[in-house]
Amino acid sequence: MSAAAMRVVDTDLFSYVLRLGDLGLVLGQRLGEWVGHAPAIEEDLGMANVALDLIGQARLFLGYAGEIEGRGRDEDAIAFLREQGEYLNPTLAEQPNGDFGQTVVRQVLIDAYQLELYERLISSTDERLAAIAAKAVKETRYHLRYSGGWLVRLGDGTQESRSRVQGALGRLWPYTAELFVEDDVDRAMQDRGVGPRLAEVHKAWSSRIGALLSEATLDRPADRPYSWFGKHGQHSEHLGYLLAEMQYLQRAHPGARW
Amino acid sequence: MNAAPDAAARIARAWAALGGVEDPEIPGVSVVDLGVIRSVAAQSDGGLEVGLSPTYTGCPATEVIRQLVEDALAAAAVGPFWIKRVLAPAWSSDWITPQGRRRLRECGIVPPDHSSSDLRDLRRGNHPVACPRCHSMQTETVSEFGSTPCKALHRCCACLEPFEYFKCI
Repeated sequence: MSAAAMRVVDTDLFSYVLRLGDLGLVLGQRLGEWVGHAPAIEEDLGMANVALDLIGQARLFLGYAGEIEGRGRDEDAIAFLREQGEYLNPTLAEQPNGDFGQTVVRQVLIDAYQLELYERLISSTDERLAAIAAKAVKETRYHLRYSGGWLVRLGDGTQESRSRVQGALGRLWPYTAELFVEDDVDRAMQDRGVGPRLAEVHKAWSSRIGALLSEATLDRPADRPYSWFGKHGQHSEHLGYLLAEMQYLQRAHPGARW
Repeated sequence: MNAAPDAAARIARAWAALGGVEDPEIPGVSVVDLGVIRSVAAQSDGGLEVGLSPTYTGCPATEVIRQLVEDALAAAAVGPFWIKRVLAPAWSSDWITPQGRRRLRECGIVPPDHSSSDLRDLRRGNHPVACPRCHSMQTETVSEFGSTPCKALHRCCACLEPFEYFKCI
């Protein structure tokens, strides 16, 4: 039996790292759709820069996932050559941009989630994840400053801007439930000291979001049960279209290089 | 022949060569000044290991910088070397050297005005950044993001000139 065949892949860690990477990859791709279309040049720059950071973080996670898997897939193969059911991002990340207000709401909800997650991953027993988190947390703080600033301006802005972000909040809020539902992979990672308890992340996220919403004079929607699981590869209808665009070049011209 | 002095000379040559590698997006400021080069150390097999930290995970200049570093080290004939990506500890704007800060100012870019462990930048209601030209504190933020991931755009309300601020992270 060859060494490769005997190698046991740490599938829990592989899935866990892939989830972290796919969140940044898919959200980065979504934000990139604003380039050239944002309401102002500053926001065009802002969203492109946040997208760049998110994709940079995704590269670190996906490259690591490829090493854990040990089958020779690099970050590009993992990012661009999987099928929809193999993407493990939460469905919130793939929701369409909508108007600028909806993009801001989605961004605030995810920035705050990533911030609480990364702050805890810094003390992960997995040194590589701890290092990536320590790097990413600095960028994420800045992202939340940007998105949170816009949430307050729009929420506490005109009647029109307020009604738009309040509407977006109502549409997107149900998707936040799945961020905090633990499964076997999450529990295995907690047992090994790799990942934090999601209940703890939820509590911190909830109070951070609560403070932002009240500053933005927005009403907090009621929590509702929601059972869509992006982290198990079950996605909304929107991901397929996003992937078709993102993967086009790699599928049409396999092995293409700059 | 004693290997140690040879290694020390190669390390010194490597640092000198790296001091001449400019950031492709901030001409005049070297990768050493920016704190991107973390270490140059001789390994037991005689090769030099050069530790390089990316500023931002998605910074498009990272790969160009790596190439420029490789070219400079090859041209300086420092012998066998390789570049190691260093993620931890994460790069911080605190690592910009005094010379780097001076050169940023000369380019009209305001260096971070406080330590990255001070999170006041992350609360809204920015503290004002002094204008690099007229030193007025009457300035405002135009955009949290600028022409590169590491900079934000500000404007002076006194002399009306726009200027860049190196983000504090």
